[in-house]
Amino acid sequence: MGNSTSPMIEALQAEISSSLEDKVQNSTIAFNELTVEVSAENLVDVAMQLRDTHGFDQLIDLCAVDYLSYGESEWDADVSGFSRGVKNKDDLFNFDAKPDKDASSDIEAGRRYAVVIHLLSVKNNKRLRLKIFCDDNDMPMMDSVHSVWNVANWFEREAFDLFGIIFVNHPDLRRILTDYGFVGHPFRKDFPLIGQVEMRYDEALKRVVYEPVSIEPRVLVPRVIRASEGTRDVTEADD
Amino acid sequence: MPEIRNFTLNFGPVHPAAHGVLRLVLEMDGEVIQRADPHIGLLHRGTEKLAESKPYNQSIGYMDRLDYVSMMCNEHGYVLALEKMLNIEAPIRAQYIRVMFDEITRILNHLLWIGAHALDVGAMTMFLYAFREREDLMDVYEAVSGARLHATYYRPGGVYRDLPDVMPQYEKSRWNSDADIKRLNANRGGTVLDFLDDFTARFLGYVDEYETLLTDNRIWKQRLVDVGIVSPERALQLGLTGAMLRGSGVEWDLRRKQPYEVYDKLDFDIPVGVNGDSYDRYLVRIEEMRQSNKIIKQCVDWLGKNPGPVILDDYKVAPPPRASMKSDMEALIHHFKLSTEGYCLPEGEAYAAVEHPKGEFGCYIVSDGANKPYRLKIRAPGFAHMSAMDELTKGHMLADVVTIIGTMDIVFGEVDR
Repeated sequence: MGNSTSPMIEALQAEISSSLEDKVQNSTIAFNELTVEVSAENLVDVAMQLRDTHGFDQLIDLCAVDYLSYGESEWDADVSGFSRGVKNKDDLFNFDAKPDKDASSDIEAGRRYAVVIHLLSVKNNKRLRLKIFCDDNDMPMMDSVHSVWNVANWFEREAFDLFGIIFVNHPDLRRILTDYGFVGHPFRKDFPLIGQVEMRYDEALKRVVYEPVSIEPRVLVPRVIRASEGTRDVTEADD
Repeated sequence: MPEIRNFTLNFGPVHPAAHGVLRLVLEMDGEVIQRADPHIGLLHRGTEKLAESKPYNQSIGYMDRLDYVSMMCNEHGYVLALEKMLNIEAPIRAQYIRVMFDEITRILNHLLWIGAHALDVGAMTMFLYAFREREDLMDVYEAVSGARLHATYYRPGGVYRDLPDVMPQYEKSRWNSDADIKRLNANRGGTVLDFLDDFTARFLGYVDEYETLLTDNRIWKQRLVDVGIVSPERALQLGLTGAMLRGSGVEWDLRRKQPYEVYDKLDFDIPVGVNGDSYDRYLVRIEEMRQSNKIIKQCVDWLGKNPGPVILDDYKVAPPPRASMKSDMEALIHHFKLSTEGYCLPEGEAYAAVEHPKGEFGCYIVSDGANKPYRLKIRAPGFAHMSAMDELTKGHMLADVVTIIGTMDIVFGEVDR
């Protein structure tokens, strides 16, 4: 595939930084893709400018990311393999006993929720990724880009439903994917994979009832973070 | 004078023309639609969240189940994103195999689409015709992966295994006489490639049959022409991709514009519509089947002449050959590590997209360096198409809703994820 940065991407980066000036908080090129970070208050301005002067006529995707447990692993793996230090970890195999984390205690203010927008310019055959962090970790809010790209309507509803991000000026911010009457935002990192409630038909009540989940959460393969190929130390001689 | 009010009509979730589980709340003025509010999510399985708890390779099988009529194309989008982040490239033979199966998948998808679409609109026979050809192609799926639908065949770094040397044959049974068996196995004497070669020679004739049934059919045209018109500007605003965009006259196809794998070495055309109505989209998809057939033929010819590896020789991402696992300690360890822990992706984020039969299918992966994705977002074309439902149906009759659902080629596996 060739992940080397093409000059076209660099040109796009220069073009966008010069026209958006200080509205660009950060712009990086990785895997031959340009990511531009802008602040939530400038978003609609930036979006308009990107659409009208840079030709990004299509919004391909909009999604949210919850950075609550970014970089956390369930099993320490240093460069030479898994840690064997069973003694100093009392709960090595209890992967679910995570420290009770207050939703935003550990993470820097305004760095928990990000909304990522993928733009495509059919006119110029270019792609761009916009990244917007929500200022508030407890109540993430940002402006809707529905007025700039109409397709954002459902994508924003999805981000609201799954992550609880509130899009100001959205015409119809309702849940979209989850069940009617669902409580919570299931794609947040503090929402368990198995969910909160389970449903069954109650013969006595003659209706469907909801109860707290009875199945035990479990981890089949622990999450392991290993140093990437380039930085891996060769310490196999230790064994 | 009595007061006349709009009334609300529930269409689905179990309506034969709803293509799955679509609940459409329609606000009607007589028989004219004022507002359409699709309620989706009845098939939401949380694929993206499930993927966060699994090593990367274990999610390939989930991709098949997104758009369950174009399985391998979904896998392709996911695998391409992984390859981008791992900075690897599949061997050339694997790329040809992938392209060939992408196009087989495109034909499979379009056949199901035309069968279901025509059935909804009132042309019963099309469904039977389309399934006759699907059978052949699903046999190819089965020959190569063991499964007729959910193949899980693509891997980062190539495909699971090379094309088999023999095409499976029908066996004698209570239902098939010797004469039947002989007829059914007539083109299955050789390899899978021989079978596909025979298929590509036959298939253009089949497409002509479909066109004979539909293209000039009075009822078909009455139901499709000028229904669900989208202008090119609106199509871009509404996020339409694939045949929905090309039907409106925008010449945009990722296979051409942002080529992946070996599409830049192949000869094919991109059909484009003029009026942006359902009929144009029908014509575009019919022509796409012919072009896919042409691509398959080119791949079959190339693959017949060029043997080679089909998966990368890098045991950190692809398991070593089974034979070496039996004798080589190193290979055994690699296999064990890969099938238990998997591999880690470098920290970062990437998006890779393919031209799926329905539009642009993309995967956005955020990795924090672990053996599982930190976040996986699947960009399904059907989701954006479904959101255009309100605008497309406004002012049309109730019967046209069925046409518009059909022309959007909706599959709920990918809309709801």
